[in-house]
Amino acid sequence: MMKKKLVVIGNGMAPGRALETLFDKAPGAFDVTIFNAEPRVNYDRIMLSPVLSGEKTFEDIIIHDDAWYADHGVNLLKGEKVVHIDRKKKTVVSENGVTAPYDHLIIATGSTPIVIPVPGHDKQGVVTYRDLDDVDAMLEAAKTRKNAVVIGGGLLGLEAAAGLQMRGMNVTVLHLMPTLMERQLDPAAGYLLQRAIEARGIRVITKANTHEILGDDAVSGVALDDGTILPADIVVMAVGIRPGIAVAKACEIDVNRGILVDDTMRTSDPDISALGECVEHRGMCYGLVAPLYEMARTLAARLAGDETAAYQGSVTSTKLKVTGIDLFSAGDFAEGPDRDEIVLRDATQGVYKRLVLQDSKIIGVVLYGDTRDGAWFFQMMKDGTDIAELRETLIFGQGYAGGAPLDPTAAVAALPDDGEICGCNGICKGDILNAISAKGLTTVDGVRAVTKASSSCGSCTGLVEQLLSLALGDAYNPVAVQPMCACTDLGHDDVRRLIVAKALKTIPAVMQELEWKTSCGCAKCRPALNYYLVATWPGEYEDDYQSRFINERVHANIQKDGTYSVVPRMWGGVTTPAELRAIADVADKFNIPTVKVTGGQRIDLLGVHKEDLPAVWADLNAAGMVSGAAYAKGLRTVKTCVGTDWCRFGTQDSTGLGVKIEKMMWGSWTPHKVKMAVSGCPRNCAEATCKDFGVICVDSGFELHFGGAAGMHVKATDVLCTVASEDEALEYCAAMVQLYREQGRYLERIYKWADRVGHDTVRQQIVEDHERRNLLYRRFLYSQKFSQIDPWAERVAGKDWREFTPMSDLSRLEAAE
Amino acid sequence: MTEIDERWIDVGYLNDIPRRGARCVKVPGYTVALFRTDDDQVFALEDKCPHKGGPLSQGIVHDGCVTCPLHNFVISLRTGEAQGADSGQAVSIPVRMEGTLISIDIGVKAVRAA
Repeated sequence: MMKKKLVVIGNGMAPGRALETLFDKAPGAFDVTIFNAEPRVNYDRIMLSPVLSGEKTFEDIIIHDDAWYADHGVNLLKGEKVVHIDRKKKTVVSENGVTAPYDHLIIATGSTPIVIPVPGHDKQGVVTYRDLDDVDAMLEAAKTRKNAVVIGGGLLGLEAAAGLQMRGMNVTVLHLMPTLMERQLDPAAGYLLQRAIEARGIRVITKANTHEILGDDAVSGVALDDGTILPADIVVMAVGIRPGIAVAKACEIDVNRGILVDDTMRTSDPDISALGECVEHRGMCYGLVAPLYEMARTLAARLAGDETAAYQGSVTSTKLKVTGIDLFSAGDFAEGPDRDEIVLRDATQGVYKRLVLQDSKIIGVVLYGDTRDGAWFFQMMKDGTDIAELRETLIFGQGYAGGAPLDPTAAVAALPDDGEICGCNGICKGDILNAISAKGLTTVDGVRAVTKASSSCGSCTGLVEQLLSLALGDAYNPVAVQPMCACTDLGHDDVRRLIVAKALKTIPAVMQELEWKTSCGCAKCRPALNYYLVATWPGEYEDDYQSRFINERVHANIQKDGTYSVVPRMWGGVTTPAELRAIADVADKFNIPTVKVTGGQRIDLLGVHKEDLPAVWADLNAAGMVSGAAYAKGLRTVKTCVGTDWCRFGTQDSTGLGVKIEKMMWGSWTPHKVKMAVSGCPRNCAEATCKDFGVICVDSGFELHFGGAAGMHVKATDVLCTVASEDEALEYCAAMVQLYREQGRYLERIYKWADRVGHDTVRQQIVEDHERRNLLYRRFLYSQKFSQIDPWAERVAGKDWREFTPMSDLSRLEAAE
Repeated sequence: MTEIDERWIDVGYLNDIPRRGARCVKVPGYTVALFRTDDDQVFALEDKCPHKGGPLSQGIVHDGCVTCPLHNFVISLRTGEAQGADSGQAVSIPVRMEGTLISIDIGVKAVRAA
C-alpha cells in the first residue's frame, strides 16, 4: 500500500509537536513534506527573548535539527512560502513554484504581528517581534545605535524592552493602557511590574498614544499625541498578533478571525486540518504555547487513527520571561459578589499573590515576586480541586498545604533578644521588652515614644504589636486604632504618615505597600486616599476621578432625581447685574426649574440635566463666573456683611477681606467642607461664629475664630487670636487650613479635628510658632498653584467629555415587540 | 408568560468606559448603566437603584459592586442584588463582549424594566 501523503504548511512549534507525536504513535504511516517560509528548522519561538538579551544562542533553542527531519524521512523545504492551495487537485504551490500533492493537508501558518498604521510605520528601523529575523534586526541596531522605543507593554513588548536594555540601549516602553500587561494582570501586579521594569532603567510611559514615527528614510523618533517626542534609532512594534489566514481564505476555507476548526482540528474541508495560532476554536484564538501543544496532541491522535481524540479548548497561563522578574497569571481574576479572594502582600519582599475563588475552587491566579507555586495553583485550577480543606494556608503555597495555621507570635517569640525589630532606628527585641516592663507600656504609641521603634517607616508596627501581646498577654488590646475601613487594619493617621514616609504617590502604590486586603479598595477608602495623595503631593499626584464621589467627579451636586444643581461662585456674596442677567438667561435657555438663594450668599440652579452641564458652565464662564465648589470637600463660601462701605456700625472692610480670603482659598481640597465668614463688627451679621473659620472685625483689627459648625451639631467657634492687619488675617487663615489639610482625617470637620488634637495645640502651632505658621502658609500657597484652575472651564474645553455624554443614545430604536 | 426573543444591540467599546467607572446607554423607555471594573469586566444594570431610584451609573465602582450616590446602597454588578443589610434588586442586563465591542440584550429586560 502506498503511504499517505501529508503536507504541512508552516514549521513552527505546533506542527513540530504534532509531527513528533504522530511519529511516535504511528511510525512510518505518512510521507511528510513541510513548507517553511522561514529559511530554517523548528525552533522554540518563546525563547527568542533570551536570545535577544544574550542569555541564550539560537542553537540553544532549536527543537528539531536537520538530523531529526532526515531520521523521520521528512522533506523540509526551507524558505518556501505556500501561495496557493488547489483543493480540487489536492496540491499546494509555493512562491518559487514548488508543487506538492497531498492526501491530508495541515495548515499551521501561525500569526503575523500587528503593525499600527500610524504615519511613518513603514520607515527603515521599524520592526516587529516575531521571528529570528526580527531579533537579528534588533541586535544589529543595538550594536551601533543608542535609543530604542518599544510600542506595547504586553508580554512580548516587555521582553523585547528588557532584551534591548541588556544589550546596552536606552529603552522606552509606550503602552496605551494605564497599567502594563492589563490583559493578564490586575492593576496591583501591573504596578509592581512597572516598578520593577523602571528599576532596571527602562522608561515606561503608560496611557501613551503614538501619533507619528519621525525620520526621513530611517527612524529618528516617535511623537506622542500629547506632543512628547522621544528619540529613537529603532522602533519595535509589539502590540499584538493576528492569525495568519491569508492562504486558507484565498482557497475559500471557512475563516473568521482565525481559520475555523472543530474539536478534531478539521477545517471546513475534511481533508485539511489546521492548528496553532492561525486557528479559531470555539471562538477563541490562542497565542500561548500550551494550547497549541494540546491541539497538536489531538491532531496527531486523529491522524494516527484515534477517533475519540478531541480538543476542548484550553485554560491558559502566562509567565513573563525577563530575568529577575517573576510573574505568573492564569484564569479569570475579575471580582464578583459570588467570588472570594485571598490576597497576600509582602511589601518589603515585593511579593503579591492573589487567588480568586468561586464555589471553593480556584478560578484565577496572579502571582508576582514569588511564582514558585504557580504550577500547583494552576493544576488545582484546571482540575477544579475543592480547596475548602486547604483554605487557611492555601496562599502560602504547597509547602504549607494542610499544615496547621501558624501562631502569629511564634516567629517573634523565637527571636533572640538582640534580634532587630526596627531597622530604621536600630532597636532590638530586648530593648523593646525592657521598655515595656520597666515603663509599664501598653500601647504601640507608648513603645514609639520611649524606644523610637516603629516611629519612622512604620513597617515594623506589626512586630511591635506582637511583642506587646507576647509581654502582656491578654492585657494587650491592640484595637485602640480604628481602621480606615475593612480594606486595611491601619487607621487614617498611620496611612497618612506612611504615605509621606514611603513617598507613596498613587492609589495602587498605597494599597500595595500598605498591604491592602482588597484589590481595589472600597467606596470609603478610595476617596480618602485620593484626598491624602492630592494634599500630600501637590502638582505631582494625578487625581483619580473614579475615586471621587460623583459630585466632585462632575463638579455639580446630584439631586434625588439624578439631575444636578449648579452654583457659581459669588466672591464674598457680591454680585453684579451682568452676572444676574447671565444666570437668568441660563435658567431660561436650559429650562432650569428652580432658582434658589443659598445660605452661603449665592444662587443655586437646580434640576440641570447632566448632559447640559458643560453648556450651562460655558455660558456662566462667558459672564466671568467660575465654579462655586458647592459640591466639594473644599472651600465652599466666605460669607460677608457690607462693613465700612455702607454699614453705620462697620469697623473694617469686611466685604473686601471676605473677597480676598475667598480669592486665596478657592479651589483647595480639604478633608471635609470648609465654610468661612467675615463680619464687619461684633453684631456678627455674617454669622462668623458658627463657621469653620471666621473673622469678626473690631476697631483694633481682626478677631480670628475657628472650629464652629451649624449642621447636625451646632457649635460656636473658639477665638484663635486677634491680629492687626488684613495680611496677617490672611496668613493665619491659610496656615489654619493647611494644618487641617495635613492633620485632618478624611470627612472630619475642622471642629472635630481641633477637638481631637486639642485647641491649645492648634493655637500653639498657628499663633505662637511663627516659623511653623509661615511654613504652613507657604505650603498652602504652593499647593494652590495647582488647584486654582476652574474645573468648569476645563470641562467646557473638553476635559473628561465622556463623563457628560451617554455612550450611545438608542432611545429612538423601535421598542421590542 | 410567553418567551420574548433576545434583542442584542451594540452599544460601544470597552475603552469608552473608564476603569472603575460607568457610562450610560439610553434605550427605549429606560437607561442602562454599563460598568467597567478594575480588571476590565463589563456589566450592565438598569440605571436605577432599587432603594429610591438613584442613578447607579454615577456611583463609585469597587470590588464588583457599585455604591449608589444617593444613599450608599451597595449593589452587585453581577446580579443587581443589594449587598449587606440592605435588600432590593436592580435589573441586571446581559452583556456580551466580542473583543472590545460591547453588546447588551434589551429584549426580555426591556419589558420587565419598563
